[in-house]
Order: sequence, then C-alpha cells, then structure tokens
Amino acid sequence: MTTLVIAEHDNNELKSATLSTVTAATEIGGDVHVLVAGSQCQAVADAASQLAGVSKVLLADNSVYEHQLAENLGQLVVSLAGDYSHILASATTTGKNFLPRVAALLDVNQISEVIAVVAPDTFKRPIYAGNAIATVKSEDAVKVMTVRATAFDRCATGGSAEVVSVGESCDAGISKFVGEQLTVSERPELTAASIVVSGGRGMGSGENFELLYKLADKMGAAVGASRAAVDAGFVPNDMQVGQTGKMVAPDLYIAVGLSGAIQHLAGMKESKVIVAINKDEEAPIFQVADYGLVADLFEVIPELESKL
Amino acid sequence: MKVLVAIKRVIDYNVKVRVKADNSDVDLANVKMAMNPFCEIAVEEAVRLKESGVASEVVVVSVGSKSCEEQIRAAMALGADRGIRIDAEDGPDSLSVAKLLAKVVEQEQPGLVILGKQAIDSDNNQTGQMLAALLNRPQGTFASEVKVEGEQVIVTREIDGGLQTVALDMPAIVTTDLRLNEPRYAKLPDIMKAKRKPLEVKAPADYGVTVASKLSLVSVELPATRQAGIKVASVDELIDKLRNEAKVI
Repeated sequence: MTTLVIAEHDNNELKSATLSTVTAATEIGGDVHVLVAGSQCQAVADAASQLAGVSKVLLADNSVYEHQLAENLGQLVVSLAGDYSHILASATTTGKNFLPRVAALLDVNQISEVIAVVAPDTFKRPIYAGNAIATVKSEDAVKVMTVRATAFDRCATGGSAEVVSVGESCDAGISKFVGEQLTVSERPELTAASIVVSGGRGMGSGENFELLYKLADKMGAAVGASRAAVDAGFVPNDMQVGQTGKMVAPDLYIAVGLSGAIQHLAGMKESKVIVAINKDEEAPIFQVADYGLVADLFEVIPELESKL
Repeated sequence: MKVLVAIKRVIDYNVKVRVKADNSDVDLANVKMAMNPFCEIAVEEAVRLKESGVASEVVVVSVGSKSCEEQIRAAMALGADRGIRIDAEDGPDSLSVAKLLAKVVEQEQPGLVILGKQAIDSDNNQTGQMLAALLNRPQGTFASEVKVEGEQVIVTREIDGGLQTVALDMPAIVTTDLRLNEPRYAKLPDIMKAKRKPLEVKAPADYGVTVASKLSLVSVELPATRQAGIKVASVDELIDKLRNEAKVI
C-alpha cells in the first residue's frame, strides 16, 4: 500500500496544506510518496524531501506544468497512478480543480474534503456545509481524495527522501494560461495564519475594513470576511471564509460585525479560540464564541488596537 | 452554438438540515427543495449568452427522480429552451452523473457545458471536472467571468490567491462560482410558458450507463458542537482573557 500526495506549491515554495495532507497519508499507513509537478521547482522538491514520513519525491519539472493546468496535471497523475493505492491532494482550488479529472480517468469516485481517516478505505467528510459529517467507505481500487488541511496537523520535517525525476511531458494542448491577478499582501496567508480577524456586513463599507487591517497588522494576523461582506462589495472574494470560501482554523479567530451565518461558521468553527464583537447580542456568532463582546465595533476595534 | 446546463435538485439553502435518529442519513422528508444555487448561476449565464446572441439554444439536463422536473421547469422559466431528465434514484454519485452527461454531450454537441461548481448537499465539487476528463475537453472551474471569443472561451477563475484567467478550446466545460452573475427571478408569464416547453425523459440504459457506485455511506452524524463561552464587559477584560486565560496573544 503506497500513497501518492500531490504537492501544492507555486514553483518556489511548498505550501503548508501539503504538510497536512502528508499527515493524512501517514494515518492511512504504508509508504508515502510526494509528486512535485511544476516548472523550475527543484526547491519545492527539496522541501518535500524533508517531510517526515515521506520516502520518495517524484519531480516532474516541465514548463507544461508551470501553472498546474488541470488538463495536463490530470494526465500526468494518471500516468503515474498504477503504483498507488491512494492518491491525495489538498482541498485547495488547485487540488479541487485537477483531482476529479484523475478520479474520472481512473473510473473511480473522488472522496472530497476528507477530515478524518477511519480506516484505509473509510473516511469522514463534511456534507451540507458542515452541518453533518458523513462516514463513507470506498471499494474503488484506488482511493482518490482531497484533504481538508485544517483537519490535520502539519507533519514534521527532518526527513531525507530521495528525489527522482519523472520524465513524461503531458500537454493536452486544449487549454492555455492567460494571466493571473494575485492579491499582494504583507499579511500572512488566510489559511496559514495563527490569528485571523474577520469582518462582516456590520463593517458598513470597504473603507472601514481599514480598522481591521490596522488591528491585524498589530497582531500579525490575516484578514478575512463573511460572504455578506464580499457580496456587498466591501472586499474581494479571496478573503471569504465559509462554505463557499476558505476553511480556516487558526489559534485565534476574531469575528467583527459578523452575524455568524451557518455557511460562515462552516469555515471557521474549528478555530481554537473564537472572539465575537457585535453590537447585536442576539447574533448567532455568540453561540460559538469563547469570548463575546457586545459593543459598537467602531469604538472597540480602535481601542483594542491601541491597547495591544 | 448550443449551451448545455446540468442542474441538481437539492435541499433549499435556507433550510437547516437534520440528521436521522438512526444516523443512517440526513432527513429529507417534507423538506423544501430547490435548484442548487450554483446551478441557478449556470442557467443564468447560459441564458445571458443566448440573449447576447452568442448561444442559439439552451438545453437543461438533470439526473434524478420525477420530482426534479420541478427544477428543470424552473430553469425553463428562467429562459432555457428545453429539458432532459435522466431517470434515476435521487442522489446518484458524481462519476455516474458525469458518465451520463458525457453521453448527452456526445448527442447534443454543445459548444459549452455549464455546471455549478458544487452542490450544497454533497459538497463534492467534482462533476464538472469529471465530465471534462471523460470527454477529454478543457475545463474552466470556479468561473467569475466567461467570454466567448471565436473558437475559444476565456474563463476567469476564482483561485485561492486571487484570480486566474485561462483560454480554453471549445467545446469546453465551465463551472460557476458565486460572483459570475446574479440570477434573475422568473416572471409569472415565463413560468406559464415554461410548462409548455419540451421535456424529454430518458433512462440511463438509453445511454448505456449503469448508475452504480463503489462508494457507500456508512453513517451520518452531527458535527461536534461548540459551547458558547462567556461575555466580557470591556476591551480590557477581553485582552486580559486572551492573554492570561486562553494564552493566544
């Protein structure tokens, strides 16, 4: 039994989600291999080779994988799939994009957003926006699954796996990368930050998010938002935390002017400590908060920032 | 150019789901059902392509029991021209649905297939990608903008760090994200008109596909609940608690 984990990276850096996915692979048992597919991504392969529990790193370094196009990456993984009992990717927008292609080409179903390994063929995953947890059993020959990073600890480093090149250049030739607009921020990445400050519709406007940015910068925190704040046009969608946005589980989550709709809670209720600041004491967010402060955010956020 | 839209009937997004007492599944008896919100966005996008003259016909397909004809009619009221229901028990697995849709695509030959990125019941986010793979066609998932330019479709995708734009050779598969558009409400005359639009019913056997999955549901449980904590009276008390009790700052 050997598991293949497809690494999440940007050709320079191995993303922390991969460390959590390797932990899930270790829990399944057997050997763990990591595939790094990208362009000029030797550094990523070197980082992957140091992950504890990984016995081999496959490096597919080719310009056709530079932007992780699902059509090309899917073909590559399928060409390597024969040796594996399990194929895992992180449930990021990259993993969710290419892995179902792999599953379909292998004629198996994908098990999405796994949050616990019960047995090598049995897993837990959230359904209905996390309002129910399903235990599913797969009799497919290969188990293809995405792993929710917040549900597994990051694996340790200190290993020294061998790195081998895998040659095949899979270019489906039917899709092309045109460009990207990545949000440039000095703050930590939302899904990797140990503190997250999130704002909701109560912020009132995009300008008012400045209050949260200041607080976050003081705390070394990332800034998130509820879907209501995104829909109202206050902030871009990549800040959204929730069922349809990002899943976060920081040590401290500070929810500001945010009611706590079910779909938002789905994205943050695994946080270790939750603080809610809202002037409506009936807001559902208080039902999941460890510490609630019923107050006007426009008064207390500047106060909090100045006193920290 | 023809546009094919696949839709799913799911629990209404405003309804809080209950788990059955025996933990065998969620309880959907007497629960309000609706079109999956992401599928509604898919229908809207297809109808807009038709209104702007890019598409000539919008065909809606759903896999499920007779009750999902309600959602096919709803899509027609929004502007789809005709519907196909492939008869199956509710809740078929994604791979079987993708195989059925692949056969429909072979017959209908659409230039674009638009699906929601995920259904809010099973939260799988995979059918569109599977369909694209089975057809060996490109995919533009989590789309926030779709532009047809000649033989290509330019799709802007919502990715973790921001936005990515890809150019796909058509026929292509697109899955919708929330910000692609805001679906319209159906007008009464359109709802009446939709009742007379053609709706064909097929069986999986007509397409030579067997709906069967090697993935089984063992049990369903409620997630661990969080206990509400305490209310603090001031910012000072909050900072004190975070520092000395929770020790997170």
